[in-house]
Amino acid sequence: MMLRKQIDRLKRPFAKGSKYERFAPAVNAFDTFLFVPNHTTQKGAHIRDAVDLKRTMVTVIIALIPALIYGIYNTGYQYYIQTGEAFTFLDAFLHGSFKILPMIAVSYGVGLAIEFAFAVYRGHEVNEGYLVTGLLIPMIMPVDIPLWMVGLSVAFAVFIAKEAFGGTGMNILNPALTARAFAFFAYPTYMSGNKVWVSEASNVDGISGETILGSLASGVNVDYSMFEMFSGAIPGSIAETSTLWVLVGAAILIFTGVGSWRIMLGGVIGAAAMGFLFNLWGANALMQFDWMNHLIVGGFAFGIVFMATDPVSAAQTVRGKWIYGILVGILCILIRVFNPAYPEGVMLAILLMNVFAPTIDHYVVQANVNRRLKRKQHSATVQTA
Amino acid sequence: MKIKSKIEALNKLFGININKNKKESEPFFKRFELSKFVLQKVINMSTDIKIRKGLTLRLKGAPTNTLKIAPPSTKFALKPTDFHGVFPKLLCKEGDEVQAGQPLFYSKYQDSIQFVSPVSGTVKEIRRGAKRKVLEIMISADKKQQSVTHKLPSLGKITPEQIKEQLLASGNWPFIRQRPYDIVANPNATPKAIFVSALATAPLSAQYDVVLEGQQDAFQLGMDMLSKLSPNLHLTIGAKESSQIAQTKNCTIHRIKGPHPAGNVGVQIHHIDPINTGETVWVVGAEDVANIGRFFQTGVFDASRTLAVAGHPLTSPCYYKSTIGASLEPLLDDVGAENLASLRVINGDVLTGTATSANGYVGYYNNTISVLPEGNRYRMFGWLPLAGPNIHSMSNTSLSWLFPKKQYTPDTNLNGEERALVVTGEMERVFPMDIYPMQLLKACMANDIEKMEQLGIYEVAPEDFALIDYANSSKIEAQAIIRDALDLMNKEVG
Repeated sequence: MMLRKQIDRLKRPFAKGSKYERFAPAVNAFDTFLFVPNHTTQKGAHIRDAVDLKRTMVTVIIALIPALIYGIYNTGYQYYIQTGEAFTFLDAFLHGSFKILPMIAVSYGVGLAIEFAFAVYRGHEVNEGYLVTGLLIPMIMPVDIPLWMVGLSVAFAVFIAKEAFGGTGMNILNPALTARAFAFFAYPTYMSGNKVWVSEASNVDGISGETILGSLASGVNVDYSMFEMFSGAIPGSIAETSTLWVLVGAAILIFTGVGSWRIMLGGVIGAAAMGFLFNLWGANALMQFDWMNHLIVGGFAFGIVFMATDPVSAAQTVRGKWIYGILVGILCILIRVFNPAYPEGVMLAILLMNVFAPTIDHYVVQANVNRRLKRKQHSATVQTA
Repeated sequence: MKIKSKIEALNKLFGININKNKKESEPFFKRFELSKFVLQKVINMSTDIKIRKGLTLRLKGAPTNTLKIAPPSTKFALKPTDFHGVFPKLLCKEGDEVQAGQPLFYSKYQDSIQFVSPVSGTVKEIRRGAKRKVLEIMISADKKQQSVTHKLPSLGKITPEQIKEQLLASGNWPFIRQRPYDIVANPNATPKAIFVSALATAPLSAQYDVVLEGQQDAFQLGMDMLSKLSPNLHLTIGAKESSQIAQTKNCTIHRIKGPHPAGNVGVQIHHIDPINTGETVWVVGAEDVANIGRFFQTGVFDASRTLAVAGHPLTSPCYYKSTIGASLEPLLDDVGAENLASLRVINGDVLTGTATSANGYVGYYNNTISVLPEGNRYRMFGWLPLAGPNIHSMSNTSLSWLFPKKQYTPDTNLNGEERALVVTGEMERVFPMDIYPMQLLKACMANDIEKMEQLGIYEVAPEDFALIDYANSSKIEAQAIIRDALDLMNKEVG
């Protein structure tokens, strides 16, 4: 407990009534990472469950790691097969790390700085939500996006999507997707086309790094097998390509109960049904694209597992989660097919449903309210009769 | 048309004549709905209730079924704070000689409700807190033990008004509490039902078959008297209850099955005869019924209390025959509590009780005294998933799911810090009512009275949110939020 004593000594100037009291949230954020604090229950139940928000958020990060590691590898893999150089797994991994780790560092650096500032300003503890957001943002960006754009997107997302609404737990939109949407609309040349999805594609001639949905939209044949799409050996945003490793994350989220399986299953049902309907219609290449393939390309799996399930921006009631999930799935395929200029169907679908989630919940809760009113009327009738 | 005639027959059976007050044009389905509702009520009355959502916590230190006589105590205290919302007006001062059953104070805003001394002796001290709020009226018991005797009318012909009068005059009234608001019942109200729960599902709590052992006659008499106050008297017992409680007469008995909070009377009311806006239900603790019964046997206020003293720091947790307001010191001495400074002594169960201290006093309502070690310690990296295997968690981010039978030894550590509400769905898992708990809590935090009413605030009491306190990952103090909201409703709506 030497360490504990050291920390307590270091924290003394930040104690209540001391000189730097207002900076206590920032210091506590580091301290509580080392130690679960010695706080005891002061009111309410005298005993408490072992789970807290930190543990919940760290579980999401653990679930993200398989997809992240594969994404790092795939970045290098896409680069080397396009340039035609011989490479080993380690080469690919190092190339990916070299590209991606700085992005993660920038995302955490900028985002946490803003979070800490707001915690000090508002006088509350630093919420752990950004630990997940900060990792998600680089994972859904194209690999060659300049670092300053990552930083700017993060700042936009944290300021506008989160803190402007009152901070963690209050936001309407998923902050990570807001960051991506910001970059997508502010810097379209860095976020779409066939030159951004493979590392250094714009510097090397002859690289064609078109995503699958991009190829479909422009009427080019898709050369990838279903297995490649599923395993993720395809161009795309950094860590969204591998349905396989996303499913590993999904298994972690569902088993621990941290992610809502209802939203995930609802999304798959909605997208599969919509894809199947379009298959029957079959008017163009995008409509003919097999409904099963729709589920494993374009970041659908990543979006539905890690983004749509964000408990704050998703629907919060059980019935609402089903409706929300199914609608995300349907809208995603709808946007992909009818608006090929935006292959980011899943991002736009989730953001749109984020906006409607409170409305869905409102009607679900209203049904409960009406049930209660009806019960009252019944009991009044029984009494007077 | 067959269905229609059946429904009409059913309506007739229950004395419902829809056509009398309403026009012929009343849509058919509405009548059908009404009968469905009546049918449901009938079914609910006759069948038992199964609760699915909830959590039965397995903790070490449950009391053994031995019932001891508590070592005598000379120090007693009546705590006005046990009666939430009561503003005490004192009827005694320091140095007064009082008899057992003599009023010590009454409620300022409901002056017919009196609170009486559990023992005879001398008022030693009146302890006050901030703003001169009365915290404890301390009495040192004397040897004579004189008590106030009330003259009772013949029990065979006693009227509801007489019962009320007797209960109020003798100081038994505070045993009757009301929903909504979870406060001492308003004697002027007419309850639509009275509920007595003889089922305890909270961790380490006293089991009523032990508590009521040997008190069955008094319990039955108490139930008889309550049944005269309201014809809808409900008694709830466990699904497997085989003791004499299951033979109680003059009431509707419901067998309740399921995890905690199945024993919470609020959950039972919700499933048996839910409270609508403007309705009142009275609830009486099971042993309190026996106390009322004994009063009607003898004419003397009975302050005896059977207590389970439980908790894993104790060497021999068991049951004691004690008295309301008795000092806890001799009890804790007898039960083998060591290192008292590092323990938390709780009047009530570990989820809903009130913290007191080792030199505190037995509360007015609780049948359980829980003892837990304080948890003011640090845990390095304790927030990591799977860390702290000895701390139970409902969430699968810990290994508790692997050991469903394990008995835990919890302390009072918060296991985290308060955060914004993020995770959804975890409150619903432990809240077996047709109410959206998180939405209700948010309405309460926003002091949105209209929304609180719509979402069912009248049906809940703080204790129903105890498991939400326990299980929510944001460490939100749900019970405190609901208590404040109920106080606000009581003030604004009344």
